[in-house]
Amino acid sequence: MALKLKQSEFEIERDKNKCISCEVCVRQCSNDVHEYDSDQDTLYSDNSKCVGCRRCETLCPTGALKIRNREDQFKTNYNWTPSHLNNIYRQADSGGVLLTGMGSDRPHTIYWDHILFNAAQVTNPSIDPLREPMEIRTFIGRKPGRIEFEINRNKDPKEGLKDTNVKLKTKISPQLDLSTPIMFSAMSYGSVSLNVCKSLAAAASEFGTYYNTGEGGLHKDLYGYAKNTIVQVASGRYGVDVNYLNKGAAVEIKIGQGAKPGIGGHLPGEKVTGDISNTRMIPEGTDAISPAPHHDIYSIEDLAQLIYALKEATNWSKPVGVKVSAVHNIAPIASGIVRAGADFVTIDGLRGGTGAAPQTIRDNVGIPIELAIASVDERLREEGIRYRASIIAAGSIRSSADVIKAIALGADAVYIGTAALVAMGCHLCQKCYTGKCNWGIATQDPYLTKRLNPEIGTRKLLNLLRGWSLEIKEMLGGAGINAIESLKSNREHLRGINLNDRELAILGIKHAGEAW
Amino acid sequence: MRERHGDFKMKRIYIQEEYCIGCRLCEIYCQVKHSKSKKIIKAFKEEMIDILPRVLVEEIGYNSFAIQCRHCSDAPCVEACISGAMQKNKNTGVVTCNEDKCVGCWSCIMVCPYGVIRRDLSGKKIASKCDLCIDEEIPVCVQNCPNEALKFMDKDAKEKNPVGNKGRQPK
Repeated sequence: MALKLKQSEFEIERDKNKCISCEVCVRQCSNDVHEYDSDQDTLYSDNSKCVGCRRCETLCPTGALKIRNREDQFKTNYNWTPSHLNNIYRQADSGGVLLTGMGSDRPHTIYWDHILFNAAQVTNPSIDPLREPMEIRTFIGRKPGRIEFEINRNKDPKEGLKDTNVKLKTKISPQLDLSTPIMFSAMSYGSVSLNVCKSLAAAASEFGTYYNTGEGGLHKDLYGYAKNTIVQVASGRYGVDVNYLNKGAAVEIKIGQGAKPGIGGHLPGEKVTGDISNTRMIPEGTDAISPAPHHDIYSIEDLAQLIYALKEATNWSKPVGVKVSAVHNIAPIASGIVRAGADFVTIDGLRGGTGAAPQTIRDNVGIPIELAIASVDERLREEGIRYRASIIAAGSIRSSADVIKAIALGADAVYIGTAALVAMGCHLCQKCYTGKCNWGIATQDPYLTKRLNPEIGTRKLLNLLRGWSLEIKEMLGGAGINAIESLKSNREHLRGINLNDRELAILGIKHAGEAW
Repeated sequence: MRERHGDFKMKRIYIQEEYCIGCRLCEIYCQVKHSKSKKIIKAFKEEMIDILPRVLVEEIGYNSFAIQCRHCSDAPCVEACISGAMQKNKNTGVVTCNEDKCVGCWSCIMVCPYGVIRRDLSGKKIASKCDLCIDEEIPVCVQNCPNEALKFMDKDAKEKNPVGNKGRQPK
C-alpha cells in the first residue's frame, strides 16, 4: 500500500509521571487512539488517528494527557499552509470531495469583533436591571401595518366618564412568544443524537423559547414539547405530514443553510436505523438525501405557494417562515420572501455550523451574517415592509454581545446552534460527519449517545440562556434602554472599529470616535 | 426483627444505567479513597498493590452500569457472617465489614445477591465492600461520575426524580 502522506495534526503528550494506566482514555476514544499494553503496563497513543476532540484530555483523572496542535508538520510557508497541504494529500488518496463539520474556521473577518456597543453617560441615565424592570421578551411573526381600536366610553350623566373600554379591532397574526431573543437553531435528529434533541427541547420549554427540529422529522418522545417546537420543512420533506406540522408552534421552510448554501444534505444509510427511519418516514438503511433545491420551488411565486399551503394545512394558526443562507443578493431575496408571505426570515451566515458539508463550500460560499442582517434590514425598511416579517439571525452567535449586536443591526432574535452544542460538551473538532462524536452529540452509536445525559444537557443549556439573558439586560441597562424592542435596528448604539468606509456603510454604523 | 430500610431514610446510591459511559472513573476514585495517601498519583504509583475498587462496572456491549453494595434492608451478608464482622448500622442502615473481626471465610461473598463483595488478599484475608464513604458528604463514586449515572439520594427523592429528563414536564 502506498505511503499515506497526510500528516497527523495533533501530538499526544502523555506525562509518564502522571499516567496511572487507568485506561479511561482507551475506553473513551472512539477513534482507537490509545492502546494499553498489559505486558509493559504502558499506554501507547497513535497521533495519526487523533481528531483533537479532547475527550481523553478532559476525562483523564490525573491530567497526564495533553493534545497539542502540531505546528512543525511542514516547513513554514504562508501560502501553502499545513491545511492546504494535508487537504491535497487527503484528496490525492481519496479522489473525493473533502467533508467537514461545524462552521468555517477560516480567518474571514468577524464583524462582531469590529463592532462596539454603546453605554449611557451623563446626558441620559443608565438603568440598573437588578432594580428596574428590563424587558427582553420578543415576538416573532408578522406585525400589523396599522392598528385599529374600538373605544367605548361609558359616560355616567352624574359622575362623568365612568370607564373606557378599548378593544383591538385589528386581527394580529400568530406570533411566537420568546422570553429571551435566543432560540436553538435547526439540528435534525439524525445529525445529532436524540439526547441532544431532548436537551434542547426541555431547555427551550423550561426557559420559554423555541428549538427547531431541523429537517429530520419529530421523534415521538418530543411531542410533549410541541409548544416550543419549530418544525422544519426542507427539500427532502423527511417526516413531514400534517400531524408533524401541527406538532409545532411555527413552521420553517428551509431553503439553505449558512455552512453550505446551494447544497443539499445527505444522511448515510447506516445512520438511518429504527427510530430515525420512523421519524424521517423512510425505509431503514436508505440514504436520506435532501436535494439541493426544493423541486417545487423555482421562484418566489412557487415559494409563496408553499408558504400558503403550509398556512392552510395548519389552519392559519402558526407563523410560517423561511430560512435562507446569507448569499450575495440576500437583500432582494429576503424582500421576495417577505412579499411571498413569510412571517419570519431566518438568515444563516457564512460561519454557520453543519453536521457535514464539503469543506470548500463551507469555507468559501456565502457572506458574513453581520453584513447580511444590516443589508436585509435596510432593504426591508426602504421598501416599507420590515413590519411584515421578523428577522432571525444565525451563523455563529458566540456570546451575548453577538446577540445584542445582531439585534442592534436589525435582527429580531437569533438562533444558536454551535453555542448550544458547545454548552453540552462539543469541542469543535469538526468531525461530526464521521458519526464518531466522542462527546455523544453528532452520533447515533449507542456507546456514544449515552455520553450526553439530557438532564445535564438541559441544565447546561438553561444556564447558558440564563447567563446570556442576564448579560443582555446588563448591556441594555448600561445603554439606558429598558426594552429590547427599542434596540432593534438602533445602529446609533454601534460603532465600528478597524473597518473601512464601505464596510461601515453596509453595516450602517459610524466609526468609533464619530459622534452625532 | 430486623429494622426495615425504609425506617432509616438513608440516602443510597441509585444507578442510571442508561447514562453509564463505562469510563470506570468511579472505580478509580474508589480505589484512591480507600488508599493510604488518598492522592491519586501516589496511590496508583506506589500503594496500588492490591487496592480493590468497591464499585464494579459491569458491561455487556454498550450496556454498562456501576454497582456497589446495595446496603440491603435485609442484608444476607450480615446474616451469613460467622464472625460478626459484617454489621448493619442501626442508625444509618449502612452495611460495613469490620476488617479486624473479618476472618476471610467468604460466607458473605457466597450469599451476596449482587456480587459486590470481593476478596481482598493484600494483607490478612478480608472481605472488601462499599462503605458508602461514610466520612464524605457524597460517596466518591457519585462525586466523580462525569455523566451523573450515579445518584446519591433518599427513597423519596428518587421517586420524585425519575431518570434523565423524564422528571421534567414540558411547560
